[in-house]
Amino acid sequence: MKTALAVGLGVAAIAAAPLVASTYHVLLMLPFMAYAIVLLGLNLLFGYTGLVSFGHALFIGLGAYAGAFLTTHAKIRSLEVILLVAAALGALVAVPVAALCVRYVKIYFGMLTLAFGMLFYTFVLKFYRLTGGDEGTPFLRPALLGRSLDAMPKIDYLVGPYYYYSLGVLALAALVMWRIVHSPFGLCLKTIRDNPVKAETLGISVTRHRFYAFVISAIYAAVGGALLGPPTGNVDPTLAYWTHSGNIVFMTLLGGFTSFFGPVVGAFVFIYLQNWVMSVVPYWRLIFGAMLAVIVIAAPDGLVGLVTRRRPALTGRA
Amino acid sequence: MDQRLEGVAVAHAVNVLLSGLFHASVLFLVAAGLQVVFGVQKIFNLACGSFYALGAYVGVSAVGWYVGAGGPPALFIVPLALAGLAVGAVGVVVERGLLRFVYDRDETFQLLMTFAIVLMMEDAIRLTWGTAPRSTGGLYLAYGQVRLFGATVPVYNLVVIAASLAIALAIGWLLARTAFGRIIRATADNREMAEALGVDMRRVYAKVFTLGTALGTLGGALVIPATAAMSEMGIELIVEAFAVVVIGGLGSMRGAFVGALVVGILRAIAISVYPELEMLLIYLIVIAVLVARPRGLFGGAAA
Repeated sequence: MKTALAVGLGVAAIAAAPLVASTYHVLLMLPFMAYAIVLLGLNLLFGYTGLVSFGHALFIGLGAYAGAFLTTHAKIRSLEVILLVAAALGALVAVPVAALCVRYVKIYFGMLTLAFGMLFYTFVLKFYRLTGGDEGTPFLRPALLGRSLDAMPKIDYLVGPYYYYSLGVLALAALVMWRIVHSPFGLCLKTIRDNPVKAETLGISVTRHRFYAFVISAIYAAVGGALLGPPTGNVDPTLAYWTHSGNIVFMTLLGGFTSFFGPVVGAFVFIYLQNWVMSVVPYWRLIFGAMLAVIVIAAPDGLVGLVTRRRPALTGRA
Repeated sequence: MDQRLEGVAVAHAVNVLLSGLFHASVLFLVAAGLQVVFGVQKIFNLACGSFYALGAYVGVSAVGWYVGAGGPPALFIVPLALAGLAVGAVGVVVERGLLRFVYDRDETFQLLMTFAIVLMMEDAIRLTWGTAPRSTGGLYLAYGQVRLFGATVPVYNLVVIAASLAIALAIGWLLARTAFGRIIRATADNREMAEALGVDMRRVYAKVFTLGTALGTLGGALVIPATAAMSEMGIELIVEAFAVVVIGGLGSMRGAFVGALVVGILRAIAISVYPELEMLLIYLIVIAVLVARPRGLFGGAAA
């Protein structure tokens, strides 16, 4: 009930933001919503299945490049088509990658995903005829719901139609993910995370469930990646670099991987805090690195964990 | 005519091989640091690359100071190597200050802690040395060049290759013949048993991590006359060192040696034959090794 209230307030706040907040802050909401979608997927793997990928930037890059390629080279501008292609491509690439990766856990899983991520990164960087190399590829303004909005000024487009479109996709993605984690499939994943041997003896196919979780998370990352493109109008290989994979795991941990909305909170705090820090000093990594160290040591269940953990203590004292 | 063509082909091959060996020498040092830490502490230390970058910058500063103080250019490698080794002491600070808090945690959190160190070190370097690339200027060719089979090779490269080989032998001796080496191998093999037999884990961990750090910083210091120090060099090198240890086998010193040779030489060949392939080929091998033989070519052997 409390969660429902918080989510309702959250959605209302996001929806109202363009009416009250400054354009600058509204524009920052766009990468936040894109990352929120990525992280909802990543956390199915991290929080719910217990597998930490260090290569999910691959799928972000894949989705972003799919959109850039479609708008620039194939002259397809419909965002619905772009998102569907990104999702399909994400799934297509994830199938062989997941099939190989889910045979391993822990550090070997992390290393294999890292290797696949770097493989894709070098591909994007080196095959510049297709990808534009380190300069990247333009992501032309997509049409929304079949309507070309090229005539609009860029800012109006981004804080208006594109903003609410992103919010719609995020809401849909969250709803679907909520259903997934609360389905029998989601319960199986949690069982696998807590005790894979027990899960196997209960008749749950551990590798198959890990495989599906991986593919779903890849689809989410690709869709979120595609939504990252239009605000900047360009996609480049750094989207697929290994530090980007590390950063999205960081965001998930920052918000709290043990709760459903933790990663969404993490994306929000990461993006706004990073912007604020960078407006004061250019050394955001120094501060964020220290923050990550503190989280790892003192608050492994993140910001959401801090809030929910304190509550029983307070009631206990009263 | 034919003979001349043959001569050119040989010279080219020697060039490729030696540039590959030079790169392999540096990769070996960083990968060895990664291996010794993983072997004993079971932590995959992403910050090894950052230590390498730190060593490079400190090396540039030390050489700059040395030349400014009027030291003979021919001996610049002495302050360079000493500075590289000395700054390895930062390892003990990182280990005592950060890493020791996560020893009883899940591997994932240990990995993320080293990622936190990567982030901090990258900006700490920018803060100290600025964002512009730094180099040691013309000292690279202070030892001149030699002609080997028609190829022109900077003597400095040969010095680094020899130094790296010597360090490899020294590590081998340390692990196989000394009391400290026996403790390292025992800990890598069975931590609880080693502890039960009276090994002070706190000191072993601090020493091992410092050793791993010093190997990285020394690697960075040695490479720097041949290139320029940039703040991103750490995060770029760590993924190559990662490829080295996966191919060779995690935790194995012999693996680091063979892996470094494989990656260094294959990369040099790929660059000269088909530059697009460069690291692509390496990552394909990494994936193939992880899938077919996850413990690597020399996996299983302790430290």
